[in-house]
Amino acid sequence: MTTTSAPAPSDTAPALDVEGLCVDLSTPSGTVRAVNGVSFSVRRGRTLALLGESGCGKSMTALSVVGLLDPAASVTGGAVRVRGKDTLRLSPAERRKLAGPVLSIVFQDALTALNPVQPVGRQIGEPFRIHRGLSRRQAEEKAIELMTRVGIPEPRQRAKSYPHQFSGGMRQRLLIAMAVALDPDVLIADEPTTALDVTVQAQIMRLLRDLQDERHMAVVLITHDLAVVAQRADDVVVMYAGTVVEQGAVHDVFTSPRHPYTRGLLDSVPEDAERGRPLPAVPGSPPELSAVPPGCVFQARCPLVRERCVRERPSLRSTGDGRSAACHFSEELDRA
Amino acid sequence: MPESRATTAAPEPRAEGTDGHPPLLEVRGVTKSFGSGRRRLTALDGVDVQLGRGQTLGLVGESGCGKSTLARVLLGLERPDAGTVRYDGVDPFALRGKELLNWRRRVQMVFQDPFASLNARMSAADLIGEPWRTHRDVVPDAKAREKRIRELLSLVGLRESDAHRYPNEFSGGQRQRIGIARALALDPDLIVCDEPVSALDLSVQAQVLNVLSELQSRLGVAYVFISHDLSVVRYISDRVTVMYLGKVIEHGETEDVFERPQHPYTAALMSAAPVLDTSRASDDQEIQLKGEIPSPFDIPSGCRFRTRCWRAEDRCATEAPPAVVREPQGMGDAHTALCHFPL
Ligand SMILES: Nc1ncnc2c1ncn2[C@@H]1O[C@H](COP(=O)(O)OP(=O)(O)OP(=O)(O)O)[C@@H](O)[C@H]1O
Ligand SMILES: Nc1ncnc2c1ncn2[C@@H]1O[C@H](COP(=O)(O)OP(=O)(O)OP(=O)(O)O)[C@@H](O)[C@H]1O
Ligand code: SF4
Ligand code: SF4
Ligand SMILES: [Mg+2]
Ligand SMILES: [Mg+2]
Repeated sequence: MTTTSAPAPSDTAPALDVEGLCVDLSTPSGTVRAVNGVSFSVRRGRTLALLGESGCGKSMTALSVVGLLDPAASVTGGAVRVRGKDTLRLSPAERRKLAGPVLSIVFQDALTALNPVQPVGRQIGEPFRIHRGLSRRQAEEKAIELMTRVGIPEPRQRAKSYPHQFSGGMRQRLLIAMAVALDPDVLIADEPTTALDVTVQAQIMRLLRDLQDERHMAVVLITHDLAVVAQRADDVVVMYAGTVVEQGAVHDVFTSPRHPYTRGLLDSVPEDAERGRPLPAVPGSPPELSAVPPGCVFQARCPLVRERCVRERPSLRSTGDGRSAACHFSEELDRA
Repeated sequence: MPESRATTAAPEPRAEGTDGHPPLLEVRGVTKSFGSGRRRLTALDGVDVQLGRGQTLGLVGESGCGKSTLARVLLGLERPDAGTVRYDGVDPFALRGKELLNWRRRVQMVFQDPFASLNARMSAADLIGEPWRTHRDVVPDAKAREKRIRELLSLVGLRESDAHRYPNEFSGGQRQRIGIARALALDPDLIVCDEPVSALDLSVQAQVLNVLSELQSRLGVAYVFISHDLSVVRYISDRVTVMYLGKVIEHGETEDVFERPQHPYTAALMSAAPVLDTSRASDDQEIQLKGEIPSPFDIPSGCRFRTRCWRAEDRCATEAPPAVVREPQGMGDAHTALCHFPL
């Protein structure tokens, strides 16, 4: 087989290292910055969660990393390093070679991500034909193996079916099969279970984790679900309005958040709330990208806001233990 | 009063239906099918539901189990094939003319998607007051209407100045508040909320949940609250009904159902929901279900959950499971489940 035989990166070096990523979006009313200086890195075998609410830039970040950004958006700064190379500086052809064997992505909406007019067996086999030069028949055999692995019953017959003939949970399995086909170093999963039922969600998350263990992949898990982060990720990057506001080991961040937004999110989950008592809601809602204020991005909703926050944007600074937060007054949270 | 915290405690559950008064809502044996012949699908199969004034019933279950169909039956939009629906003892499907119009006023709906459900060309005031076009006598006087709109805006935590803004000028949470204000315009006894916070951001969801609970304690409105988020259902509901493929498979007081589920499906659903506790890997206590939800065109014999149940035995394939009834731990409804081998 003719795989690209790059030296296996050591486990301590990050499999993916994103630094200062900026993405601009051209809209009818002008250019806005959708991703503003996002940095994170993840090693093989580890799971990093990108957590944040709708529109905060999670998918844009993911799409920039795999080079699938919409034409309306463009990367205007930063670096995305895999296997020691900055992929942002590669030619489109070189970049395409990474998609599959090095970096791959699973999208939220399995129905639109699959080709509706092609049998699924052929689609899942496609990476083997493109990257490994297998024949159609050999590729289909590989596809059937993978379908078996992700738990599709009667894979040989089902390989001839079309996407709409599968349930939502099975379609998501098919996408995952396709994404792990070439044993990538890094798998990015963009809200892989959001559209699915609770019990099916649990099955998919378990499948992802088993595949991760088996193939020793680095996983970037994108979600707005705090509980999913709590249970599936090692590290978390909390995003707000295109920026990283807090980052660290999940356990640390969730037990003692250092950013008022993270704390507000954690408090507003009704999980342990007492019936009949109001939930401590964060007032207001996230800003429009075109109206992100100078100064701190969270100022309009922050209970600790004061004059300095309006004047000066806090940078993401270390708060010890490998953690960091972008707040002028993060120490005050420990006492609150 | 946005996100006001000064609410009174939720009203004590009132035992209704036991003291001679009929309950606000009583549904018995409701069945509803769609299609015919081999493409016939039973969306609701003998569903019972009961709800008192000022109370909240949570309705959970996986996609396609019949929650929205039941909601449409409760709103009188879908006539059941069999079974009865009673509001204060009255059958809404037997009403005509003015009586029907009067009844419609009492049962309102809040939809999942605040972006799709509001007409973009109407201002907040028009949207909130629109129901009065059909129900002219609720607030007959134009001056009084304006005043009432201001009251409704403030009830749901919006500003008076928001009256003349259009949906695209509001955030998701604010739009959902407009939807709630609109439902309240007719002073309903019951609001059916079908996934009212699912499309909202987490930090905004709590605001809307607070508005709903506060309105309940102030106005005594009852809710049927449909959600797939168990932590939300647990927080907002007095009682919980769990459905699976068109049947109610468990019902009881919220704490009874959450603390001691009897049905293997309910137990699995609760164990599968991830929790915030980072010190507990979810797999520790997760009951893993095999397989996928069966096709509604081909419901399994005996117990309909048996194809995924980890407690299933031969009997489950041949005999429909009986209702097992447990006394509630506190006051309230008995804790029932349909299972041969309950937990
Ligand atoms: N093709 C596009 N054209 C214009 N704006 C876009 C486009 N794609 C995304 N945006 C905007 O860019 C911002 C970031 O979007 P992104 O999809 O990264 O958010 P997200 O964090 O993934 O949110 P969600 O949780 O809703 O998926 C949003 O404000 C979004 O409206
Ligand atoms: N008008 C209709 N014609 C045919 N089938 C229908 C109709 N309405 C609902 N169904 C079917 O009835 C079943 C129950 O649907 P319903 O919308 O009540 O489910 P639900 O519990 O609300 O699901 P979800 O969580 O996905 O909203 C489904 O199998 C659905 O496809
Ligand atoms: S910098 Fe100021 S406004 Fe921003 S999060 Fe910290 S305290 Fe709040
Ligand atoms: S009746 Fe049998 S199959 Fe059905 S839930 Fe109970 S144990 Fe499981
Ligand atoms: Mg996204
Ligand atoms: Mg529904």
